[in-house]
Amino acid sequence: MSHDALFTALGVITVGAPVALLVVVGLSALAGWSLSERATSRFTEAAVVVGLIASIAVLALMLVSGRRNVPIELGNWVAIPHEHFHFHLSFMFDRLSVPFTILTFTLVGTIGAFANRYLHRESGYHRFFLLYAVFLVGMVVACLAATIETLFLGWELVGLSSALLVAYFHERPTPVINGQRVWSVYRVSDAALLIAAVALHHLTGEGDFIKLMGQSAWPDGHAALTSAQALFVGLLLLVAAAGKSALIPFSGWLPRAMEGPTPSSAVFYGALSVHLGAFLLLRAGPILDESWLLCAAVFLLGAATAVFAAMAARVQADVKSALAFASLTQVGIITAEIGLGFRYVALVHIIGHACLRTLQLVRAPTLLHDYHSLENAIGEHLPGNSGYIERRMPEQAGVRLYRWALERGYFDALINHYVVRPFLSTFRWCDRMERRWIGALRGAAPGEFEREATPAYPEELL
Amino acid sequence: MNTMALPWLQLAILAPLIGALWAGRLRDPDIARRHSLVACSLALVAALAAWINFASLDGAVAADRWDLYALRTGSPLLTIDALSAPLVPVGALFLLLVVLATPRTKLRRVSFAWILLSEAILLATFCCQQPWVIVGLLAAGTVPPWAGLRSFPGSRRVYAIHMLLFVALLGGGQTLLTLYAISSPLHLLGIVLLTAAVLVRSGIVPVHCWMTDLCEHGSFSNSLVFVVPMVGAYAAMRLVLPIAPDWVLRGIAILSLITALYAACMSLVQRDARRFFCYLFLSNSSLVFVGLETATPVALTGALCVWISVILSLGGYGLTLRAIEHRVGRVSLDKFYGLYQQTPGLAALFLLTGLASIGFPGTIGFIGVELLVDGAVMVHPLFGILIVLAATLNGLAILHAYFRVFTGTRRSGTIDLQARLSERVAVLVLAVLILGGGLFPQPGVTSRYLGAMQLLRQREELPGAAPHGHARGAFGARWHGWFAER
Repeated sequence: MSHDALFTALGVITVGAPVALLVVVGLSALAGWSLSERATSRFTEAAVVVGLIASIAVLALMLVSGRRNVPIELGNWVAIPHEHFHFHLSFMFDRLSVPFTILTFTLVGTIGAFANRYLHRESGYHRFFLLYAVFLVGMVVACLAATIETLFLGWELVGLSSALLVAYFHERPTPVINGQRVWSVYRVSDAALLIAAVALHHLTGEGDFIKLMGQSAWPDGHAALTSAQALFVGLLLLVAAAGKSALIPFSGWLPRAMEGPTPSSAVFYGALSVHLGAFLLLRAGPILDESWLLCAAVFLLGAATAVFAAMAARVQADVKSALAFASLTQVGIITAEIGLGFRYVALVHIIGHACLRTLQLVRAPTLLHDYHSLENAIGEHLPGNSGYIERRMPEQAGVRLYRWALERGYFDALINHYVVRPFLSTFRWCDRMERRWIGALRGAAPGEFEREATPAYPEELL
Repeated sequence: MNTMALPWLQLAILAPLIGALWAGRLRDPDIARRHSLVACSLALVAALAAWINFASLDGAVAADRWDLYALRTGSPLLTIDALSAPLVPVGALFLLLVVLATPRTKLRRVSFAWILLSEAILLATFCCQQPWVIVGLLAAGTVPPWAGLRSFPGSRRVYAIHMLLFVALLGGGQTLLTLYAISSPLHLLGIVLLTAAVLVRSGIVPVHCWMTDLCEHGSFSNSLVFVVPMVGAYAAMRLVLPIAPDWVLRGIAILSLITALYAACMSLVQRDARRFFCYLFLSNSSLVFVGLETATPVALTGALCVWISVILSLGGYGLTLRAIEHRVGRVSLDKFYGLYQQTPGLAALFLLTGLASIGFPGTIGFIGVELLVDGAVMVHPLFGILIVLAATLNGLAILHAYFRVFTGTRRSGTIDLQARLSERVAVLVLAVLILGGGLFPQPGVTSRYLGAMQLLRQREELPGAAPHGHARGAFGARWHGWFAER
């Protein structure tokens, strides 16, 4: 078998294994056939192990053959040849996508095994693994995507599964409200990515990363865009990345996402999902290189997020929120590294950070138990460890900073105040006016119909 | 013109028509439902046969065999072309699902005779290309919902005002078009009146209130039958698009875009689930109009794809909502119902149909929305951005409604809320179509592209018409200049 045929076979297996898992779990759920926990766990293990082995084999083959960039063409999903419209399904194995895919399979597999015990006999066991399968497909497709449209496909799957997993404990309102909030931010991010994809397609005539970035393998390459075009597309991509990676001002969703079950918090928001924005910026590296203004914006956003998250992490009252902000600090630094052009540093940073954070989050529930044991043993609270800056800071400034950090930079409050409330009040007014108009047409007494228009939508849901 | 092997179109129309007459005579609603199911199934089979027969003929238009009207006048009354071929079976399927999934508790309140009559009129409309016949059928189509509103006098009045306006504009416009030559200003006035009629029928802002009132206060089954197949879009395609000047189309596109955004925003502040559904539907159906009126091949193909997807996805969404209402009464979106554990199948369909309507990947709406955005951007970048924005807001509304209906403290009760067999069948049929159309979109896109090209060819026959769409505005031209800068 030639190298090309072997690459294609392994590439198809890498993508096909998670898809097969989704088909099995999804069809059984849709048809109302209840798989046993054992069967679900076995299917999940098999899909992850097969996908992982295939992706490692691709890496090994790339190292042996010396190829840095292996495109796998699956042909056109949809094409209108006369109009030059095509939705090309192709995947790309390169120095960025292969480590990311292996990382995805490793962490998702680890968490799958953990969740199998953690959620044993939970009523939502099958729902968790269905969403887990959607997430895995989304991550693998997004990582390996060779076109921006394919990346968008995976991106959306990751977003939906994440939001529904945050709302996993759906008998309580708070996880549901937080799930809705996460979805809202993700939709903004999706919209920015879709507009960027369409703009890129029209600017270059291609959504294909290989053609878009020239024939050079990642991280080299040269985007076929002018500086102004790169700035326009790049800013849209930055908004998309900011939403997905919880960079400011969208940081509010990350601690909210910790409302989900610990396994999903660990692998999705602590490790993989939160790095997907950074991955997008890495993939779009050649576009960043075309505009120093764009690079500066990426760096500043990353640095500001890191500083904010570092402060917020120090004042959180619960371990998962503290870990969420600690994670965000690193994501901010990674984004700043991308802005500075350190692509390999950022990639290594992502891999190391994702593994560490997964371990910490999975360990979090037992860590609390250990802390309690320690405190019981010494008979008092563990000593605090205030840092140098805290000790030197004037008390008043310290209190203000503490409050600012505790309120998570007021970002959610600002968004609520300047976006959500005006939006709701405007359209509630429109709703009242419409009802008044309908009332007039019906010949009803003035005000009779307006009374039905009581506010419906709690603003935290937006 | 090709002729089909059998009179499929007449059979598809006659089955529900005879079924309506028959069901109207039956006293037992359960028997009426079963007989209606037979009539709807026959109509669907005939419609599918017509589509298959048309596809095998390899021609632009196919006439029905033994068309009585053709024997008298020489030109066939019932025809099928690339544009209407899939619409006829999709419309028949939707009506079949409406009857199939009607809850037993609602049998006495649903008039199957009126539903079947609506189906016959709908299918006849989709099978017609002659302007005056379409006008007559569109006017006749407004009668069944009006009859269904007899228990709701207030809503009947609102509905009657708007539909009278619609029929008057439609009749007036078509009369002017018939009487005056193209060069006459009154001919142009006729086009404007027809356009206004289409806007009223389609619920484009600011003449949309009848639709929200109908959904909120009327019978939900009747409302779904009347609004979901989007007959207004068909009227726009057959009566307006082939003859309207560019500025009229651009005006419709802008108004539709405003409606799409406005309705998406309004869906986020609704408390009543039916009203919420109506705004969601308005937002999505307006997107179809945006694509139709941009009159470029890609956008038009996208619009035609979205049209099919809206009928299937939002039709399914409405039916799911009706099934939920049957279990818990009128649904208010300011509380949690916690229905997931009892009705996981309905929860899955609610989410699936909702996501399909916003063009989520893997569902039937995905490629349609992609095409629509892609085509709209070429006309004007703002069009594309606003379509994406409307889809984004609709996405928020979809998940909000899902969370409200299916999450929350689990409902306790002794009544079994599980989906019935007929509902499960409806769920599976819709799920297969939504996912199948999403995963294998090429046949659907090819078919819609042929339909789009047929429409554009009709426009090109207009004196002075630009090939494949109208000229771009100044900003659009600048944008394209910027594209070309590379």
